[in-house]
Amino acid sequence: MGKLTRTGFITVLVMVALAVLPPMFLWSGQAFYMDLATRLVILAIAAVSLNLILGFGGLVSFGHAAFIGLGAYAAGIPSYHATWGGFEAIATYNGLFQIALAVGISALYALVTGAIALRTKGVYFIMITMAFGQMAYYFFLSLDIYGGDDGLTIDVRSELPGINLDNPLSLYLLAYVSLVVAMVIKFLIVNSRFGMVLQGAKGNPERMVTLGYNIYLYRLVAYVISGAMAGYAGFLLGNFTTFISPDMLDWTRSGELMFMVILGGAATIVGPVLGASVFILLEEILSSYTIFWQLPFGLMLIGVVLFIRGGLMGFFKGKGD
Amino acid sequence: MSAILNTSALCKSFGGVTATDNVSLEVEAGELHAIIGPNGAGKTTLISQLSGALRPDSGVIEFKGQDITTQPAHKRARLGITRSFQITSLVMGMSVLDNVALAVQARDGHSFRFIKPARKIRHLRDAAMQSLAHVGLDARADTATSALSHGEHRQMEIAIALASGADLMLLDEPMAGLGPEESNTLVSFLKTLKGQRTILLIEHDMDAVFALADRISVLVYGRIIATGTPGEIRNNADVRHAYLGEE
Ligand SMILES: Nc1ncnc2c1ncn2[C@@H]1O[C@H](COP(=O)(O)OP(=O)(O)OP(=O)(O)O)[C@@H](O)[C@H]1O
Ligand SMILES: [Mg+2]
Repeated sequence: MGKLTRTGFITVLVMVALAVLPPMFLWSGQAFYMDLATRLVILAIAAVSLNLILGFGGLVSFGHAAFIGLGAYAAGIPSYHATWGGFEAIATYNGLFQIALAVGISALYALVTGAIALRTKGVYFIMITMAFGQMAYYFFLSLDIYGGDDGLTIDVRSELPGINLDNPLSLYLLAYVSLVVAMVIKFLIVNSRFGMVLQGAKGNPERMVTLGYNIYLYRLVAYVISGAMAGYAGFLLGNFTTFISPDMLDWTRSGELMFMVILGGAATIVGPVLGASVFILLEEILSSYTIFWQLPFGLMLIGVVLFIRGGLMGFFKGKGD
Repeated sequence: MSAILNTSALCKSFGGVTATDNVSLEVEAGELHAIIGPNGAGKTTLISQLSGALRPDSGVIEFKGQDITTQPAHKRARLGITRSFQITSLVMGMSVLDNVALAVQARDGHSFRFIKPARKIRHLRDAAMQSLAHVGLDARADTATSALSHGEHRQMEIAIALASGADLMLLDEPMAGLGPEESNTLVSFLKTLKGQRTILLIEHDMDAVFALADRISVLVYGRIIATGTPGEIRNNADVRHAYLGEE
């Protein structure tokens, strides 16, 4: 129980800090930190979603940024057509429609690519998910109508009932509440019968098959849930940056998400949030000291991953299980 | 009695090695059928083909009258076949009880259930605890599986096979690596299962085999050279020559 309490304590600490600090920055006139926190929380949602398959499913997916990109374009493209005309079927500023589109398209992309990728194992799985991610990247790169390489500026943010996304505080609160909901959903899933099968298949696939589980199907469902959640994060990210480009889907972005998860501690609920926080803050601090920040940053991350088993959460939880 | 499992002309080779050579085997419902044979005779390979982990090159496997030769392993498990592993195969990162509960859960309908906490589902936990109690591991239920001894892992293998509720249990050297005392406990436990479950037992420990088996098949170089009661096998000249070590 002692360990459980410590995890719970860190969870509360991180979540309270994220609830209280950014609005305080805003009110004290430091809007910059509010921006930082918004990006952090949105990426934390994506990291939480990735962790469902990476940490609890043992599926090292290297293409997760594709779902974020799909979600962002699902916000940007309808808004673009609502402003400039064309593609009447989807042209709208309606945020609920855009969310449904973001989640739906991401889930569908996860279903199709997952159905293929999950037939492979180990390094092949990593490579094929990365390839599917790059496929989505080149798809948007080739779409000249939406700016191609230059990206697409969202002139009008999504309209949601009762929430004005042009207000930084509203946007932040929406992202924060979304993160909490995502964490609760994942907590439920992980501890459910489905979650037990998913974790069992991570630990010993042969045993799970022998027991009668079609682990392919369980993994596919987890992959779809994870992709849909990341698509939702993409919707938020598009509304936050109001500028989307294929760069959001690049494999290096997928790598960053993986780093966040592993850094914070895979197979924990709050780990990815902690990982995203440390990642974003360190990136910010180091890049303000030197333009050569990427090298020490990378080395630090590799150090944590190699020397602290279970990431930062593993470190805080102390020895043992 | 009627056969619950039937194989005919089963063949499997790895490169040049013929691991299963024209094996036709009949296991009757409710019997404890032992398979003995020297190292490398193809016993594990045979079990793997029955459980679905390996596909035979040719031949037919029938279970409860149904051709299952091409059925994937998870479907065979649902039909009522389970196996234990010669080399312990458990989910090490989970608790002992979680491991066994997963076996109970597998026969409790599908597991696409996302909300209710699995560890709070009474009938799954109770049934798992019962299986653990049968092998004397109930006190270790909440321990991490990785923290258990080799002998306890072997007992877990049995508890899981038991909890799966399978009609046919394929046990691959369950006594391997157990001390004499633990072996004896397991033998008496398997005795209590006789008649309730059909068991195909692979075992090197001859005392255990002759104490337990209703019938024995002898496998040498992938071939079944004899099948019969313990008495018949003991007196079979070919077997004595090929296997029981009498020149
Ligand atoms: N996956 C494999 N690839 C290649 N050869 C294999 C494979 N599995 C088994 N063999 C070979 O098939 C033969 C039978 O092996 P198997 O493991 O079935 O024997 P066994 O009777 O279970 O032996 P033991 O008593 O040592 O457990 C051996 O010669 C083995 O080397
Ligand atoms: Mg063997």
